[in-house]
Amino acid sequence: MLHMLENVALQNSLITAFAAVGIIMILSSQLSRRLTFGRVHGSAIAILIGLGLAYWGGAQTGGKMGLADIKLFSGIGLMGGAMLRDFAIVATAFEVRAEEAKKAGLIGVVALFIGTVVPFIVGAGVAYAFGYRDPIAMTTIGAGAVTYIVGPVTGAAIGASSDLMALSIATGVVKAIIVMVMTPVAARFLRLETPRSAMVFGGLAGTVSGVSAGLAATDRRLVPYGALVATFHTGLGCLMGPSVLFLATKYFFG
Amino acid sequence: MIIYGTALLAACHLIGVYLGDLLGVAIGAKANVGGVGIAMLLLIFARLYMRKKNLMPKATEAGAAYWGAMYIPVVVAMAAQQNVVAALKGGPVALLGALGAFAACACFISLINRMESPESIAAARKLLAEQTQDR
Repeated sequence: MLHMLENVALQNSLITAFAAVGIIMILSSQLSRRLTFGRVHGSAIAILIGLGLAYWGGAQTGGKMGLADIKLFSGIGLMGGAMLRDFAIVATAFEVRAEEAKKAGLIGVVALFIGTVVPFIVGAGVAYAFGYRDPIAMTTIGAGAVTYIVGPVTGAAIGASSDLMALSIATGVVKAIIVMVMTPVAARFLRLETPRSAMVFGGLAGTVSGVSAGLAATDRRLVPYGALVATFHTGLGCLMGPSVLFLATKYFFG
Repeated sequence: MIIYGTALLAACHLIGVYLGDLLGVAIGAKANVGGVGIAMLLLIFARLYMRKKNLMPKATEAGAAYWGAMYIPVVVAMAAQQNVVAALKGGPVALLGALGAFAACACFISLINRMESPESIAAARKLLAEQTQDR
């Protein structure tokens, strides 16, 4: 009988994912209220639980898709996949006040550039400090510090080896997780309370997953502003990584 | 009807991503350049236009707003499929690189955001409050 229930869940994987996430959200809001008296946002706790489940799933199966590698939860792969994530991000634009977005337009662009160059320099610098002295390695790891998509895209474009690519992705994923988790904590330091500040944050923090999750856990109304700028980040990073940034690295360290 | 709102959202998404792909090809980046961002801009304009022409009844709005509200659950699902095992295995290079990048950017973010004038912040607070009431 339990076997039949498992079958139903397996054959309706997306529906199962809805139910599972719903349970996580209820649990998180209870934890937020009773354990932290509302000081830690329910969504922040939910995201942490999600990451914990991702670790558990990866440890159990040795796969790359966290919880989604466990057959029962394969629907999580669809529910949290790029298609629905992007769809839901676009939907948040529905509440955007156009005047606010326009006000921060120029500073958002500035933030985009700083948010591509600075992480790259830090990442490449750390790579250098750990002994990765050749330009391809430094660029690939530096690009990973921009986002976990810019990293491998850049690495592939300049011919990096697969372990460099993995290191690059790891750096990007750790950064996304740090942004996700630390944003609500650092919200006051970051002065995250207006749409303009959210756009600056989106441009500088870069990682779309990190920015949208971090803002969701800080102040949900800021999500569209941050996401709006952050989504251009990947494109800019993929553009500058294999070109300007790689050439600059080669020039100084080649 | 509610599907009108969802279909509008879907159309903006598809057109936006398509334009982002075109932009990426045009400038030689091997990736989509801001497709989601373009889609968001399209949706913002569409909403402004339709509101003016009274084409946006509550049901249509709900069709798009529902998916916006599904945003956090989708993000939780996204978190649950990250390769956390590999991220932790990346070891000191990944950790220090990521932490350093975040710390450096956090300082810039804080610096730039401190330059926002108090009047601007107050006005924005009011607007955000209205945004919440709108929902």
